[in-house]
Amino acid sequence: MPETKDKQKRSRDSVANTLTVSIVLSLVASVLVATAAISLKPIQERNEEQFRQKIILDVAGLYSPDADINELFRGIETRMVDLASGEYTDAADAGEFDAIAAAKDPLTGINIPPADDIANIKQRARVAPVYLVLDGEEVTQVILPIYGSGLWSTMFGFMSLDPDGTTIRGLRFYEHAETPGLGDQIDKSDWRAQWVGKKVFADDDQPRVEVVRGFVDQNSVDAEYQVDGLSGATLTGRGVTKLVQYWTGPHGFGPYLAKLRSEESADD
Amino acid sequence: MTDGSRKVLIDPLIDNNPVTLQVLGICSALAVTTSLLPALLMCIAMISVTTLATGTISSIRRFIPNNIRIIVQMTIIASFVILVDQLLRAYAFETSKQLSVFVGLIITNCIVLGRAEAFAMKNKPGVSMLDGLGNGLGYSLILITVATFRELLGAGSLLGYKILPLVTDGGWYPANGLMLLPPSAFFIIGLLIWAVRSWKPKQVERSEFQIHEVHRTEVL
Repeated sequence: MPETKDKQKRSRDSVANTLTVSIVLSLVASVLVATAAISLKPIQERNEEQFRQKIILDVAGLYSPDADINELFRGIETRMVDLASGEYTDAADAGEFDAIAAAKDPLTGINIPPADDIANIKQRARVAPVYLVLDGEEVTQVILPIYGSGLWSTMFGFMSLDPDGTTIRGLRFYEHAETPGLGDQIDKSDWRAQWVGKKVFADDDQPRVEVVRGFVDQNSVDAEYQVDGLSGATLTGRGVTKLVQYWTGPHGFGPYLAKLRSEESADD
Repeated sequence: MTDGSRKVLIDPLIDNNPVTLQVLGICSALAVTTSLLPALLMCIAMISVTTLATGTISSIRRFIPNNIRIIVQMTIIASFVILVDQLLRAYAFETSKQLSVFVGLIITNCIVLGRAEAFAMKNKPGVSMLDGLGNGLGYSLILITVATFRELLGAGSLLGYKILPLVTDGGWYPANGLMLLPPSAFFIIGLLIWAVRSWKPKQVERSEFQIHEVHRTEVL
């Protein structure tokens, strides 16, 4: 008996068997994983879409857990904006739009010159969606998608502005991988609440709003542009400052926001 | 169920618990226990992976070449982890977002690989699955205990339902923010290990060295 066992062991450890087992195993494993990934993809995408709508509603302050998201989202109009000119465009379909994929494609994206790339994202799409919160015909809030590098990860979020595009109504990140317990304080509701009412632009129309280190001195003239820092998360906070300034700046939604400002003052 | 297989299933719950006795799987036990719901989901993920992976590995154990056995085990474990991760993303989307990388990190959880290498490679599929299930349950028991303490004391709720009315909402309970931070899981797991070992002194390890009291004259 020991002889056959020995033989069995030897054939099990032979090169041929090693190769066979590794190839068969790889094939079976990849088929299993690929089947799961592909067959579940539609459900996952629908989840992503619902989640995105929920975050947009939340930034706008319209979300409530009991309401139907699709129903609420009907009060929000999605438009595409050509970032360079600040005009609305029909060049891309908002429903299908994927900012990261569009940024990487040379046809739909551009490289950001390093000097302008304060959010450290390297490329961006030529167009971007904006979400207009409507009350009847009137626009009450403008919601912009924003993203940029934090300490570890790219942070994705939305920022809601008044219809004249100068005052922040809400800011929320929905995807990031910042340090749990430190950087992920950007999700905390009391910190998010601080953004509400902050002014985006200084008198020279340059983005000015920022996350400071430590606490905001409420008596300072700059307090209307400033949000408290997050202790232990200086670099994440700096990342938030940079990405907000990038997307409200001349290379981001700057031209679009300038248009909103001038339209609003023309109305007055 | 025979006595042997019952022992395989029950032993890892207290007597040979992977977390409190073997002190494995601590990383995820710290990370996913801030509230009960993600912890429960993590337990389900962990139990399915340990059970399925040990069963599969055991059933092909006679074909696995010795020199690549760890790679084979890892491939099988990783496939099941991806499968579970995909399912969670499809059917428990928001909680799976909270779990973020930690479902993926089940691949590197020493408990799974440990059971595969130590048990499933030497035993029949049925009993190996019981062993995987038992260890998954043992891990879950600790995770759920820790998460219950953390959510209750840190946020005054369980599974999102308010149990202790918080001071901030006009109640009497001042939330203990430390409970929501990773160190508190260390304290709770430490206290649990202490409690279990006081109950079952057999689990106490012999100290590796002893501090002698040296008399002053000996030093001189």
